[in-house]
Amino acid sequence: MSLKSYVTPSFLIERNKERCIKCKVCVQQCANEVHRYDEEDDEIISEEHQCVNCQRCVTLCPTGALTIRKNPNELRQNSNWTAEAVRAIYIQAETGGILLTGMGNDRPYPVYWDNILLNASQVTNPSIDPLREPMELKTHLGRKPDSLSIKEGKLQKKLPPQLELELPIMFSAMSFGSISLNAIKSLAEAAKQEGTYFNTGEGGLHRDLYQYGENTIVQVASGRFGVHADYLQAGAAIEIKIGQGAKPGIGGHLPGEKVEREVSETRMIPEGTDAISPAPHHDIYSIEDLRQLIYSLKEATNYEKPVSVKIAAVHNVAAIASGIARAGADIIAIDGYRGGTGAAPLRIRDNVGIPIEFALAAVDTRLRQEAIRNQVSLVVGGSIRNSADIVKAIALGADAVYIASSALLALGCHMCQKCYTGKCNWGIATQDPQLAKRLNPELGAQRARNLLRAWKHEIQEMLGGMGINAIESLRGNRLMLRGIGLTEKELQILGIKNAGE
Amino acid sequence: MKRVYVREEYCAGCGLCQVHCITAHSEYKGDIIKAYKKSFPRPLARVIVEEKRPLSFSLQCRHCEEAECVKACITGAMQKDPATGIVINDTARCIGCWTCVLVCPYGAVRRDETLHKVAVKCDMCAEAGGVPLCVENCPNGALEYREER
Amino acid sequence: MLREGQIRIPSGCAISGIMNKKGRVFGGGDIINSIAVMHDRSNGLGGGFAAYGIYPEFKEEYAFHFFFDHTTIKNEIEALLKKNFIIASGEAIPIRKSKSIKDAPLIWRYFVRPKHRVLVKQEVDEEEFVVRFVMRVNSEIDGAYIFSSGKNMGAFKGVGYPEDIGEFYRLEEYSGYLWTAHGRFPTNTPGWWGGAHPFTLLDCSVVHNGEISSYDANRRQLEMYGYKCVLQTDTEVVAYIFDYLMRRQGLPLDVIVKAMASPFWHEIDRMNKKEKEILRAIRVVYGGFLVNGPFSILIGTNQGMIALNDRIKLRPSIAATKGDYLYVASEEAAIRQVCSKPEHMWMPRGGEPVIGLLEASQPTRVPVRTEQEKIAINS
Ligand code: SF4
Ligand code: SF4
Ligand code: SF4
Ligand code: SF4
Repeated sequence: MSLKSYVTPSFLIERNKERCIKCKVCVQQCANEVHRYDEEDDEIISEEHQCVNCQRCVTLCPTGALTIRKNPNELRQNSNWTAEAVRAIYIQAETGGILLTGMGNDRPYPVYWDNILLNASQVTNPSIDPLREPMELKTHLGRKPDSLSIKEGKLQKKLPPQLELELPIMFSAMSFGSISLNAIKSLAEAAKQEGTYFNTGEGGLHRDLYQYGENTIVQVASGRFGVHADYLQAGAAIEIKIGQGAKPGIGGHLPGEKVEREVSETRMIPEGTDAISPAPHHDIYSIEDLRQLIYSLKEATNYEKPVSVKIAAVHNVAAIASGIARAGADIIAIDGYRGGTGAAPLRIRDNVGIPIEFALAAVDTRLRQEAIRNQVSLVVGGSIRNSADIVKAIALGADAVYIASSALLALGCHMCQKCYTGKCNWGIATQDPQLAKRLNPELGAQRARNLLRAWKHEIQEMLGGMGINAIESLRGNRLMLRGIGLTEKELQILGIKNAGE
Repeated sequence: MKRVYVREEYCAGCGLCQVHCITAHSEYKGDIIKAYKKSFPRPLARVIVEEKRPLSFSLQCRHCEEAECVKACITGAMQKDPATGIVINDTARCIGCWTCVLVCPYGAVRRDETLHKVAVKCDMCAEAGGVPLCVENCPNGALEYREER
Repeated sequence: MLREGQIRIPSGCAISGIMNKKGRVFGGGDIINSIAVMHDRSNGLGGGFAAYGIYPEFKEEYAFHFFFDHTTIKNEIEALLKKNFIIASGEAIPIRKSKSIKDAPLIWRYFVRPKHRVLVKQEVDEEEFVVRFVMRVNSEIDGAYIFSSGKNMGAFKGVGYPEDIGEFYRLEEYSGYLWTAHGRFPTNTPGWWGGAHPFTLLDCSVVHNGEISSYDANRRQLEMYGYKCVLQTDTEVVAYIFDYLMRRQGLPLDVIVKAMASPFWHEIDRMNKKEKEILRAIRVVYGGFLVNGPFSILIGTNQGMIALNDRIKLRPSIAATKGDYLYVASEEAAIRQVCSKPEHMWMPRGGEPVIGLLEASQPTRVPVRTEQEKIAINS
């Protein structure tokens, strides 16, 4: 006796027979085996249960014959028991397991970026045309001393190590394992071409990627996968990962099926074994311990590389960030609750953490109150969706942003949130060679580069509009922001005025 | 000469190269739906997608320097254009003896038996000129049209 | 309506400065004439002057110029002054009643020295103590405002056209070796005397034409170091940046101007290795002090005068020399009005400072470098 599934398909596939030429492209492309060719009837047929609406078939169908819609079939839902809530129970009743998901929190919480407006110059202050005048986005990440000593035209003490970015955007941590090598190669190449950095995540650095060392931030996470001396030396900076916005407080789990040979070699674990990163670093139970690890890593790399500490935005983030700054970190990366993931328990992703906008405002304010803001650079991530989000983040106080979901979208991701299945039809969140090769890293790099360049131009336009020609004059310049539709308290936390004020 | 080279490491096996090849060789160029639904006979794809997962690649005539098919053709229908280097079958002269099919070391010549028997093969979209349509429409850059390296 | 200090008010303006490099003093008539020419660049909502070398008899005392709203607060302040300072002299600043100047507050000056005992108790040096005192009065005490606090110098300002303000304060009766002036065109009507230029802290005075788009970035950076930007004016921010970099950090003038109006990265990339390293360090470390947006400023100190433009020169400024005199103004006419045949006249480029140092400079706090020692950043 087996359990019958009560889970009805989420999507409905419509195939326009007038258009379909039965070329079987859809059949061949869907890794979820939704489409098949019926030889007897000479028909292409779809069975929607497994469809995740990744749009691969729709995009590749040469005749535009396919449409995928939310299944109009309605469960007997109500405002409390929504279809999703009901469906989740059916799934758990069938599997007895934790609900898993991929990508970022998709709940309808407010997106504060959308409640913030930017300023522009009129009359009293000319706007600057970025096509005619220099418009500088160069950004340095790392500890800034309080003062410089210049004697006889010579700098008395060298600057602490800095990451130099041509634009204030970096690719956030995504490990080899959670995403394909082709996806990482795409981002690494784009980072190199555009003068910024990508982050290895906790998956180690594949041998093919050592050539991108100058544009690499190597991560050290609780599982210490792939961490060895050459790895630390290879990168331009080291990042200690404490937490991730999508799953604060919990570790990671890469199922053994994804640990194929290359992944196993890079991570330095046996092939086919689960790669489990513990929830905490078992050598960091306190801020003093963090300080030790920061300095161990600095010592191991001769104090030549900035050390970043990445945390998830949680309730007490300001105090935690202050502690991290004092513990000796050169960069603090804060990941908001909308940050993406390759795999996370659904309930954690959707219910833990706080918005990056608040976290950033609170941290920047706190570090300034304590007069230690210049000791660390602030990098924020957790759903930066466009260039305006970036401008707002910098005006709130960030030095730069991390993008990951946006970067994957540029590579072709369609937000189906099934990254944890390893069957990404776009060749991104998969190690299946049949799927991974769908992402040609040359084209991927071009797309990622284009995105960076497009955003760069947009940021320059917005800066010019404000009458600013260097990004440092936007940093923490909260007067350039106004809130709309926010409560007094929200405005206060963001440290901005209301529109019209 | 410029040839089509395959980069099998990026071939998704989707078969779009075939779809566009068929369309390009039909009377409804540029209109996939009509090419499939209206042209009779529907042309065969000159490009063949071979697949043995995870491997896949698309294969078409190599336009060999010393083309075996040209040498073997009993009617002189199969010719290598001395100017462009493209090997083209003159279907008016082709009698469907399949000699070329037998000698092609790549299996790149196909038998078209829909009307009168003729051998069909890649003509590099010579009629349209420019980049061959399979190359142009490959969604993943798995085909390259370039000089030999 | 919110007044300056409660709200940020952008404004456009006229500025002028005259200095004698040998430190020879001259009357306030010239500077009034010069700024008066640019009448149309201001709208009668603010004018002011800074004058150096005017109080030789009290040159060791800090000259505090106060605006009081009423006598009660004046009495309170005097008590506070007595507690913290030795007061060498105190008096109402002489004024000339004039029809064009209305609603003047009580305007007083005190020549003071911090009490040694107080300094020891607070463990700060004299200047820091004075700065903190000024900050405290201006941010915490309602109805009293210190608008000048340097030694042997003074600011004179108010609501009105600058030439009227000059007449009001009887400036022709003072003699100084360095004068700066300002006519204001605020885009709002606060009508508050404290909002006029120059803005000063210790002996550093700033007059400024422009609007600083980096205002809040600069302000928040400064507030980290204990400055309180109570006025919310661009000028205040410039004065504090200058104070911070010069007095607190002890940076040489040429480095300060490079922090405030840095060369572009593409220019830095073309420099030699040594210069590149320094400029990069300046931009990286002092990025929060980069002043962005259109501005033309004149900074006065006991050591001389500095004129600086924004990096792409969005506000006018012109400089001239004749003999020992250095002139800088928003318009050429303002210079020609008081100097008929300048020997040399030029338009400084964006970000390129005009630095006029006193030749017989008094003993200075900060080791300001001589010309030869300066890093030849502009060359
Ligand atoms: S890809 Fe489009 S045209 Fe081809 S079989 Fe599928 S639905 Fe039909
Ligand atoms: S899972 Fe993706 S490829 Fe498969 S049917 Fe659905 S949308 Fe198409
Ligand atoms: S990475 Fe792939 S699996 Fe994940 S959401 Fe995007 S398309 Fe879906
Ligand atoms: S179109 Fe490109 S990816 Fe698709 S089968 Fe042909 S060669 Fe392969």
